[in-house]
Amino acid sequence: MGNILLEMKNITKTFPGVKALDNVNLQVEEGEIHALVGENGAGKSTLMNVLSGIYPYGTYEGDIIYNGEVCQFHKITDSEKKGIVIIHQELALVPQMSIGENMFLGNERGKKSAINWDETYSEADKYLKMVGLSESSRVLIKDIGTGKQQLVEIAKALAKHAKLLILDEPTSSLNETDSRALLDLMLEFKKQGMTMIIISHKLNEVVYVADKITVVRDGSTVETMDCHSMEIDEDRIIKGMVGREITDRFPKRSGVAIGEANMEVKNWTVFHPIYAERKVVDSVNMTVHKGEVVGIYGLMGAGRTELAMSIFGRSYGADISGTLMINGKEVTLKSPREAINAKLAYVTEDRKGNGLVLSNPIRVNTSLANMAGVSNNGVIDVDKEYQVAVEYKEKLKTKTPSVEQNVGNLSGGNQQKVLLAKWMFTDPDILILDEPTRGIDVGAKYEIYCIINDLVAAGKSVVMISSELPEVIGMSDRIYIMNEGKFVGEMKADEATQENIMACILQSGRGE
Amino acid sequence: MAKYLELLKKNAMLIVLVLVYIFFIGMTNGSMFSPMNVSNLITQNAYVFVLATGMLMCMLTGGNIDLSCGSFVCFMGAVGGILMVVKEMGTGVSIFLMLVVGIIYGCILGFLVAYVNIPPWIATLAGFLAFRGWGTQLLTDYSPGKTGSISNFPAAFLKIFSGKLFETQGTLNIVCLVVGIAASVIVVLVNVMGRANKLKKGYEADSMTAVIVKSVLSVAAIMIIAYKLAWAGGIPTVLVWVVGIVLVYSFITSKTTLGRYFYTIGGNKEATRLSGVDTRMIMFLAYLNMAVLTVITSYIAMARFQAANSTAGTNYEMDAIAACVVGGVSAYGGSGSVFGMVVGATLIGVINLGMQLMGVDADWQKIVKGAVLLGAVVFDILAAKKNSTK
Repeated sequence: MGNILLEMKNITKTFPGVKALDNVNLQVEEGEIHALVGENGAGKSTLMNVLSGIYPYGTYEGDIIYNGEVCQFHKITDSEKKGIVIIHQELALVPQMSIGENMFLGNERGKKSAINWDETYSEADKYLKMVGLSESSRVLIKDIGTGKQQLVEIAKALAKHAKLLILDEPTSSLNETDSRALLDLMLEFKKQGMTMIIISHKLNEVVYVADKITVVRDGSTVETMDCHSMEIDEDRIIKGMVGREITDRFPKRSGVAIGEANMEVKNWTVFHPIYAERKVVDSVNMTVHKGEVVGIYGLMGAGRTELAMSIFGRSYGADISGTLMINGKEVTLKSPREAINAKLAYVTEDRKGNGLVLSNPIRVNTSLANMAGVSNNGVIDVDKEYQVAVEYKEKLKTKTPSVEQNVGNLSGGNQQKVLLAKWMFTDPDILILDEPTRGIDVGAKYEIYCIINDLVAAGKSVVMISSELPEVIGMSDRIYIMNEGKFVGEMKADEATQENIMACILQSGRGE
Repeated sequence: MAKYLELLKKNAMLIVLVLVYIFFIGMTNGSMFSPMNVSNLITQNAYVFVLATGMLMCMLTGGNIDLSCGSFVCFMGAVGGILMVVKEMGTGVSIFLMLVVGIIYGCILGFLVAYVNIPPWIATLAGFLAFRGWGTQLLTDYSPGKTGSISNFPAAFLKIFSGKLFETQGTLNIVCLVVGIAASVIVVLVNVMGRANKLKKGYEADSMTAVIVKSVLSVAAIMIIAYKLAWAGGIPTVLVWVVGIVLVYSFITSKTTLGRYFYTIGGNKEATRLSGVDTRMIMFLAYLNMAVLTVITSYIAMARFQAANSTAGTNYEMDAIAACVVGGVSAYGGSGSVFGMVVGATLIGVINLGMQLMGVDADWQKIVKGAVLLGAVVFDILAAKKNSTK
């Protein structure tokens, strides 16, 4: 038993309306690899952001005890000074700069007034060797692969004299070989006395490297497993991750008859718009019936949004191939307009980024995708527009003093309703809802589920993309499981359990 | 009380305009308010109104600007001079050909910005440099005696874009008053009918008092201007152009789906695109429209100076941007109105003219204008911040 290097005690962090962390406790021993596992949104990243000072001292409750002293980090540099270095899932490297420049970005070698480039590059080379990279530090980041970029990130952390290294999903963008190399490197560092925290969805990797595993669920730490004192396998971890009981959080749907197929996608393949060789969606086949809620479950980055957007008028991706049939007829939808005309709607997961015009009122947002419905020959009938907005406000129970309220002033749940109103006003037959309940509270979630039930009761089809397992199981008639661009499983809702869906994903990951 | 404060805030720039105007009337012993100077205010600033209308449409799409318009005015002057004076083509033909040149430039610029994704300020910086050079070179080559200035434009051309309607000398211009009264009647009718219409359909409408106050103030403003212009010889022809353009673009921006898209693109381009709007086409139209309005500006500038000069249009792009910004058009796009722009342009025009009449040093005039611009933007940002924290 080593010393306790880090102890996080009773950490509670609240965002407006949401308790992201609730009395979390975490103990990390010196020289161990400690894994944090949990579903998306369970609070793992929030916890690490608290630790590294991204959420400064005072914005959370509880204590961080590091190396025997209570720490109050106000910014990232405070924690880095102590040797706590976090490597984020999204690589934070400047592609146009060299490895050396990136490695000492914000931590430049030399005097205050001038950078000493010789020192920069020779130091950088030293750290590159430590992570097993043979590249010169003068090579540009954009010229090396993602696997090597991840190693550069680690070298960068070493250059900051890291004592506690936190890796957030370090292998999410790596292939099997690169992942294995990275994990072995972690084991090597452990031998040299480094302490590490790894956050990962890939449980096989967790089992491979971790000494201890802490499960985070709904903002709390559920349990910590010691991998040396007990036999740990993936099933055991999954049980911990999803072990919550499903109560009736989902309104029942009854008497909705499932009709014939009204959308079929065959052999749908999409490539990344910038990295032309990367397949984001790989030969997907999907059928959607009238009156049916089809769930697509997958972890973030599985290609779900990309699939949806590429179907919706090719609004994402390059080199799209495959056939799309709507109501039995093959169609080619080249733009969002054509998709809307084909009675398709895509309700984005990113309502602030590409769903709503936050600086405009509800009225304007409601009519945006169907201006023809509120205008004559291009001249807007503002009165009619107002009427439509009020009608949907009442139908969806949007809480707002007036439809002239700017959408930016509404809560997440109400914004989501405005977004749904916008798409319902286009009178679609098929609605693709991408993470329709992300970031909204339980009550609003229930209302959204009711809206989904009303939609299918009216004979429409709903494709619901979600990374919340209970939601997918509770709401769908049928579930597709997506991983790394492929559909890796399909099951009826009554056959689906959280365990067998997770197992389905893990199996496909291992199969490679 | 809160309602009045809200009203005050909404019309802050308008109130500032009136106060500044009164200030200058006092400082110039009433000369600022003389028929002559009221007329001058309009003819001197006509170009800003037209150009700023085009700039407004660009800025709405996301704070995009056109730096090339001033230089393009100079270039179009050269083209017009060559067509009308050197080649002696007819006025109508020349006006048409100039418009064609403008449309060609607008299409190229629009294509570069919308479809090649060149940042607008870079694409137009190229035009800013090139058209100044090209215009100057053409003027030098074609002007009599290589003076760099072409004058003696046909009378018909000057009549269309400068001068006065039914001009009178020293006597009260009846036509001007009649037009003023007609405009007043129309404004009152629009206000009253609009309210009646809303009430009939059962919508929320302004109170009768508000409508009356609004109507009285508008009528007073129109009649004061009409009266002053009537003593200054009549309605300046450019005023007809300016009012026409302002009305058309007011309608487009507030009442049409096309205009709506300019705002939503500025607010959230990606959301607008995913709502089935051809956002690239809108960007293209913004710059095509800008080029067309720049050509109209060049007619106005040539007719006012009765010549095409190599210095014509200098800083026009900055005047247009300043008018928009002072008029509350967001530098990030998505908000702003034609009315606000008109107020902004007028405010800058009033400050210009007032300082000229007071004999303020030209350098100081620039300093004051810079300060006003900065003040307006700071005011806007602070007001927006207050709103968002509410």
